[in-house]
Amino acid sequence: MGREEDYRAIATIRAFEERCMNLKTAGEIPGSIHLCDGQEAIPVGACRALEPRDAVTVTYRGHGWAIARGLPLVALFSELMGRDSELNGGRAGSPFFSSPAHGFLGENSIVAGGMPMAVGAALAAAHDGSGAVSIVSVGDGALNQGAAHEALNFASVFSLPLVLVVENNRYSEMTPIRDMVRVERLADRAAAYGMPGVTIDGNDAAIVEKAVHDAVARARAGGGPTLIEADTERLVGHYSGDLQAYRPSGEVASAREREPLARIRRAAAEEGPDAVARLDAIDLEVSALIDAAVKGARAVPYPDPATVREHLYA
Amino acid sequence: MLEPVATLRYIQAVNAAHFWALATYPEALVFGEDVALPNGPFGATKGLHDAFGTRVFDTPISESAIVGAALGAAMRGRRPIIEIMYGDFIAVAMDQIINQVANTRYVSRGGWRAPLTIRTQQGNSPGACAQHSQSLEAWFAHTPGLRVGLPSNPRDAYEMLRSAIASDDPTLIMEHRLLYPDSAQFALDGPVEPIGGSRVIRDGRDVTIVAWSRMVGESLKAAQTLAERGVSAEVIDLRWLSPLDFAPVAASVHRTGRIVVAHEANVTGGFGAEIAARVADECFWDLDAPVGRVGAPDVRIPAAPVLQAVVVPAAGAVVAAVDRILAEPKR
Ligand SMILES: Cc1ncc(C[n+]2csc(CCOP(=O)(O)OP(=O)(O)O)c2C)c(N)n1
Repeated sequence: MGREEDYRAIATIRAFEERCMNLKTAGEIPGSIHLCDGQEAIPVGACRALEPRDAVTVTYRGHGWAIARGLPLVALFSELMGRDSELNGGRAGSPFFSSPAHGFLGENSIVAGGMPMAVGAALAAAHDGSGAVSIVSVGDGALNQGAAHEALNFASVFSLPLVLVVENNRYSEMTPIRDMVRVERLADRAAAYGMPGVTIDGNDAAIVEKAVHDAVARARAGGGPTLIEADTERLVGHYSGDLQAYRPSGEVASAREREPLARIRRAAAEEGPDAVARLDAIDLEVSALIDAAVKGARAVPYPDPATVREHLYA
Repeated sequence: MLEPVATLRYIQAVNAAHFWALATYPEALVFGEDVALPNGPFGATKGLHDAFGTRVFDTPISESAIVGAALGAAMRGRRPIIEIMYGDFIAVAMDQIINQVANTRYVSRGGWRAPLTIRTQQGNSPGACAQHSQSLEAWFAHTPGLRVGLPSNPRDAYEMLRSAIASDDPTLIMEHRLLYPDSAQFALDGPVEPIGGSRVIRDGRDVTIVAWSRMVGESLKAAQTLAERGVSAEVIDLRWLSPLDFAPVAASVHRTGRIVVAHEANVTGGFGAEIAARVADECFWDLDAPVGRVGAPDVRIPAAPVLQAVVVPAAGAVVAAVDRILAEPKR
């Protein structure tokens, strides 16, 4: 995939989330939202290495994964707005939505809660011979959950087709991951489970795609799980109301020089004004796309309160 | 330190109780996710690390280890006060609480004590998802060996947390997120109350309303509405579900003959069912009407505010429940 495709995919997620923040401020999105600003190259690269038959399970910071996986923008906006979306009809909201139609097993707002589920999806694939792979993304802090340890050992011992992507954005909510683990790299933990672990630059979609592609190929061939640690940085707070007082001054500014869009823009600038103009044009297209999606979402009605007890049992 | 009498918000009252605890008990420790350097996700532990250093520390995101470590440290002479960010996340540490903490004193015939306090906040708020909205107090009140308190106002947030910390039993304090901004004036230097004790917070003749946590305020609003219609409602804040102080409830029902229990948790198997059973058992001959129950219907908590609004009980549901039992013909 080329530079401009990367740019378009990442810019779409970025613009989606910037609009989310505006809608939140305007009171159109209730509750708190967790944005992946700066981390978009990870879902973009990873989802390109997947097929429709694969299962995707992500964290509460999963808008980017949903978009990269092809969930419709109108449905996403309307779910976040508490409207009767085609995803979860307003039942899930920002940190917990899912989509059976997209093999999207859902976000999960319990840290590491999705990992054992993803192991189960891999187990199902191993049994039905579908050749499907189960990919799960979590944050760095999630690896400190008991469920994470149990899931990785379980997947490894049965050589299940699982790919774990740890999005290492250096913070677990407001606490630096450096203060909370003693291993040099989170990928080092893979050795304890007898599976390969790699650390990659998570701000480059092509690098992520290659790493996930290799892990998926290995998993499909019966080689078992892989742990991929993707280095990245958050450009915004942990959640919509986070003022980030705990971050050293200048940290976010310097992260802005390394974030995926800035990199692509730098490369384009070196190439010449035409290349830059093409990126500017993409920005305009993306902005129009997001405008239209918000408009579409606003036209989605709120759920009928009379349906609140529906779908609890078969 | 704070003045002897202060006006504090609920969350500041929780913070003040921590300051008191660390100053009073050299063996007290405070730990949990983001509680030290980031000053607490909700501000409950603000300033503690600056004042008390390594006795206040951040942990990995490992609830099972947080609770288990508090237990082990308590068994070896410490007095841990730990924070579980949302009540829903306690599920991740359930073995440590139910199988380990709750058994410690009993199976050792008092040889071990477990003087630890688990603080959390729970309940509903607009847009919060199904994994951040539950009211789970019945899980713990059901488990012998644990003490469970749900402060409904800033003063109780301070006093009940002090009681919990001072107690040599493992105690859960379940705060309510929506109450954090409420403020009140109260004394900070009074004696520490023992754990337990419900409180009649409004006198009435016609019906008794028993509630805890956020539903206390909703019940007071309901009582006001009822008063405007000439119905006099007595409101009791249960405060502690364990130990349960039932005598004031029985005395009230004896006078009013009617009772409604109101909580935010799902109705089925909620602690309101326990109150209803106790009333049937101990106050049967005082009753002029069936026991009324108010709680969330038995569904998951949806995120969309329009759906939440029909699930989360409020004053109107309490009024409706009172109306229902008042409509019963007197026998
Ligand atoms: C079991 C559990 N404990 C605590 C939380 C509160 N919490 C939400 S996000 C978060 C930090 C997660 O950090 P990390 O896994 O590094 O992911 P990131 O937010 O950096 O993407 C915490 C502690 C939770 N949601 N679930």
